[in-house]
Amino acid sequence: MKPAPFDYYAPTSVEQALDHVAQLGYDAKILAGGQSLIPTMNFRLAQPSALIDLNNIPELFYIRPSDDGGLLIGAMTRQSTLERDPLIAERAPLVRAAMPYIAHPQIRTRGTFGGSIAHADPSAELPAVTVALGARYRVRNKAGERWIAAEEFFVSLFTTLLQPDELLVEIALPPMPPRSGWSFQEVARQSGAYGLVGVAARVTLDDTPSGRRCRQARVAFLSAGERPMLAQHAAKTLIGQAPTAEAIRAAAEAAAKDDVDPSSDIHASADYRRHLVKVLAARALTEAFQRANI
Amino acid sequence: MTAQYVGQRITRNEDPRLLTGQALFVDDVDLPGMLHAAFLRSDYAHARIKSIDATAARSRPGVVAVYTAEDMGAFWKPGPLLVPAPHSIKDLVFNQRTQIPMARAGDKVRHVGEPMAVVIAESRYIAEDALADIVVDLEPLDAVVDLFRALEPDAPLIHDELGTNLASYVLQEKGNYEQARAQADVVISRRIVIDRGVAAALENRGYVVQWNAREQELTMWATTQAPIALRNLVSATLGISENQMRVIAPFVGGGFGPKIMLCQPEEVLLGWATMKLNRPIKYIEDRRENFLATTMERGQIHDVEIALTRDGQILGLKDVFIHDTGAYNPYALTVPLNTQTHTMGPYEIPNFHTEFKVVFTNKMIVTPVRGAGRPQGVFVMERMMDLAAQELGMNPVEIRRKNMIPADAFPHEQGIIGQDFAQLIYDSGDYPATLEKARQMIGYDQFVKEEQPRFRAEGKHVGIGVACFTEGTAVGPYEGARVTVESSGKVSLVTGVGTQGQGHFTSFAQIVADQLGVDVRDVRVVTGDTAQFHWGTGTFASRGATVAGNAVNAAAASVRAKILKHASKALGAPEKELEIVNGQVRVADIPEKSISLSELALRANPMRGSVEPGTEPGLESTQYFGPQYGATAAGTVAMIVEVDTDTLLVEVKRFVIAHDCGTVLNPLIVDGQVHGGVSMGIGQSFYEQLVYDENGQLLNASFADYLLPRSTDMPHIEIGHLCTPSPLNPMGSKGVGEAGAIPTPACFVQAVENALADYKLEILETPLSPNRLFELVQAANP
Amino acid sequence: MTNQFPITVTVNGVRYERTVEPRLLLVDFIRHELSLTGTHVGCEHGVCGTCTVLFDGQPVRSCLMFAVQANGHEIRTVEGLGTMDKLHPLQEAFRETHALQCGFCTPGFLMTLVPFLEENPKLSEGEIRQALAGNLCRCTGYQHIIDAVKLASDKMGVKP
Repeated sequence: MKPAPFDYYAPTSVEQALDHVAQLGYDAKILAGGQSLIPTMNFRLAQPSALIDLNNIPELFYIRPSDDGGLLIGAMTRQSTLERDPLIAERAPLVRAAMPYIAHPQIRTRGTFGGSIAHADPSAELPAVTVALGARYRVRNKAGERWIAAEEFFVSLFTTLLQPDELLVEIALPPMPPRSGWSFQEVARQSGAYGLVGVAARVTLDDTPSGRRCRQARVAFLSAGERPMLAQHAAKTLIGQAPTAEAIRAAAEAAAKDDVDPSSDIHASADYRRHLVKVLAARALTEAFQRANI
Repeated sequence: MTAQYVGQRITRNEDPRLLTGQALFVDDVDLPGMLHAAFLRSDYAHARIKSIDATAARSRPGVVAVYTAEDMGAFWKPGPLLVPAPHSIKDLVFNQRTQIPMARAGDKVRHVGEPMAVVIAESRYIAEDALADIVVDLEPLDAVVDLFRALEPDAPLIHDELGTNLASYVLQEKGNYEQARAQADVVISRRIVIDRGVAAALENRGYVVQWNAREQELTMWATTQAPIALRNLVSATLGISENQMRVIAPFVGGGFGPKIMLCQPEEVLLGWATMKLNRPIKYIEDRRENFLATTMERGQIHDVEIALTRDGQILGLKDVFIHDTGAYNPYALTVPLNTQTHTMGPYEIPNFHTEFKVVFTNKMIVTPVRGAGRPQGVFVMERMMDLAAQELGMNPVEIRRKNMIPADAFPHEQGIIGQDFAQLIYDSGDYPATLEKARQMIGYDQFVKEEQPRFRAEGKHVGIGVACFTEGTAVGPYEGARVTVESSGKVSLVTGVGTQGQGHFTSFAQIVADQLGVDVRDVRVVTGDTAQFHWGTGTFASRGATVAGNAVNAAAASVRAKILKHASKALGAPEKELEIVNGQVRVADIPEKSISLSELALRANPMRGSVEPGTEPGLESTQYFGPQYGATAAGTVAMIVEVDTDTLLVEVKRFVIAHDCGTVLNPLIVDGQVHGGVSMGIGQSFYEQLVYDENGQLLNASFADYLLPRSTDMPHIEIGHLCTPSPLNPMGSKGVGEAGAIPTPACFVQAVENALADYKLEILETPLSPNRLFELVQAANP
Repeated sequence: MTNQFPITVTVNGVRYERTVEPRLLLVDFIRHELSLTGTHVGCEHGVCGTCTVLFDGQPVRSCLMFAVQANGHEIRTVEGLGTMDKLHPLQEAFRETHALQCGFCTPGFLMTLVPFLEENPKLSEGEIRQALAGNLCRCTGYQHIIDAVKLASDKMGVKP
């Protein structure tokens, strides 16, 4: 299974990369980690006429604290770097929690944060995590740049708001609000296999006179629709409520019933996926609220 | 002769090469001027080919040739029947249809992946580019995928001229089932479904062929389990003499069955092409091709009925099944015959009616994969045992013990014909002992009485399963070996079998080292090179260690006799006073009176002078061994599983196997074989399943979607050994290679049912998956 | 646009200068351009781990990289680990525990394990299984490989 021929560009700056992107448009594909792209090219399912390799652009590899207490992460930052970075552990533990579910260590050595986002595989972990965290993406073209909220970025299967002349350059993660908890859950048939269903959750509690109440619940599912599915109905049932087992159960049922649109494939039926949504939502919310309560 | 090595955990001779990346595999062969082949394979399971136009492909730079069936002329013909049909079976129906080298314009393609053209180019990359240049005009036809559909009168025909999709019909009977049924207190009948899987050796198939026009000789490096048979069949197909062709099976990255399929299209085409082009050609199958165009196994549907007394004694069994052979049947009936013989397993079944129909389908050809039809038979029997136990309120261990052939009943005739066309006879065994050992190892009673109730009280779904099996191994016809003591004092052993990881370089060396009193590291083993040894059949059916091993033993013993004879003359001492230690022959109580093997070898092959008439030169012997029939190994597996009823994931918490393979040559290697078999068994229980759509398209032709068990999926395996030596060979050994794969799915299903006892499931299929368990659990709890 | 790119790669400490087509996979470059055939090809879609090599010291799937991407980088393959006369302690451990049968997947396991053993303290069986989960083996059922990792930890003086 050898790939078809292609023209190869190896820019060393974002400016250069943008030049190529502007010139080549849809004819070219971006080579970030290559861990999703190259298999499809080896199968000849994808036969781009050109590849623009971003791996030689040092300015895209970084993890920096941002002034608001969050993080700014260069799009080409390796998943293995995210896995080991102390800032990620401290300010974005949900990202770290998802890492062991992303394929295997050898894949994560090359795979990148931005590559996973731009590829927009509905069974990928990082898109769901960034949606749950309320991340924003900085996107550039020759003319300038814009910010896109994660929850708006994903349109459908492998389709995002990125225009053919645009490049994703940075991911901004907001700070975790006080009294927040998080959880990442995934069911896969084996280590590294595609998640049958997964969920990234971040909850925030308020201290009120009558006790702790849920202020915010961002729960995003992977493999439960054509893009990361943010559970709005589930969130509605939780806001203002005490995070009891009963409230969590109701939220999980709402998520399964109204917030997802799973499909059937050879590994799982839509019914089974919906069932897993309910199970994982409950597990994630329970764990997230426990963490928030500490 | 002291057994210093045989029976010991000797580390392997071949490992340093393999560990340092120095071992030669087929794709490592690199020859000057070598070209690369790629095959255009059908994307349709069933289609009529109107035309194949390779003009554009031929004119692509870097392409040296493109061949279609037309170009082959008289060389195009269906392959030979590899295994004869069992004509000793009464009223046998057998319609032979063997694979063709390439589909032809004017004819059909019969499975996805069937070759239609071959491109020979400067690189594999360019060859694959050229595949896209070939224009094929074809008319898709309805595909036959479902086994019952294949037999319907209006089903599309795979082989039009046959007028039916029935490939074979076999009926075997022992006793009288109908009578038994009439006398039974309990009769249970069910339909049981077993689905297809692949062997998925990590090394895909590959060949390098080189025609030497000046020598008029063809060399083929091949990932084959049967180098000698491959040479014989392909040379005949190409019209050259056997002696003009050399097949070398170097290190092979896993066999598991499909690499013993012979006269595969690629083998014939590449041999033909290198002779035509007079240039070496390499073809390495890629993983997608392996899923589509390498043989596979397991699909069967059984309608089975068991008749018992109310205290659990089996009076009879009736099994009517349908077996999927894929688009062709070159391997005849080996797999379903194995199913028949292994259904009875370790049990006394006085009345057994077993019949099967083999159907052609528009899927890849079926030939043995580790287990080779035995797992299906065991699955059926063990499921029926469990259903009977449920019905009668008996413990699954008890009902098995009750029906087992007792230890004093050997040799035991089982009354039907097996894959080697002989009456099935169990040579030796103690089945109740394996059951008892497994029962103890898993702590069956304690689990059922104490641990499981505790788990249940905690809301956990933990269950236990026990499954028993026999394993026909070490079948004939024969293998051979040649042992030579060289003038250096080192020993060379050459045998016809190949190696795919079984440790032949070591286990055979152990036999020789013990016989000849040398260091096991000083025995150099050559396998799989037809220029060095050209009589034999190959590694399959767990026969290598026993059949080839006994030939090795016989050859080494023969050389030992020669050594002692020569040494006796040289030392002036009677043979019975001599011993061989550390490469020296010496008089037992007078160690100074000795002579080295090296010196004896030199003397046995003088460069000058005269010898007595009738003397054979050297210290060498070639011996063959062929058993009267196959030795039967046996065992019992037991496992404890936990099912997460929320996610329907299953974890195997404990796994034990009590196994009897007779005399063990190297326990380290035997353990490894058992582990490997179990991992395939676990794979076939819960991870591996080929999924075809109604058009015969394989939907999961990659490792992303066809899941092999990983380290985190495997339990720790505890092995208990028992030994009932086989009377069928001097070493007393039996095979073990397929053991772990045979009973595991049956045990898994029993354990899962037991874990989910409150759902009262009845699982009559394998493999399972979390999704399938979800469906079954939902259906049980509407 | 040229389709031949000059690259300089250091493999097992040796510098190589070659010219490659961009689509040449790194594993094919290593095996056929450099004739280092110890690294094997199992699937070409990054799932089996047979092609694992060290890239700047970290394990990667060499079937999921192009040779051009290795320009200026360091690669270590199984040939750089030990020799038949002097096996690396990890290779010795594999031999002692019978952690290989056909040996085809073995180089991939070795290269995955080398940094793992260097970077981690002694791990439990469960943690070892986790570390091996990215490499497929069809012959051994993994059990002896786990034994080898434990033994290698001892040999290499890995701290608890």
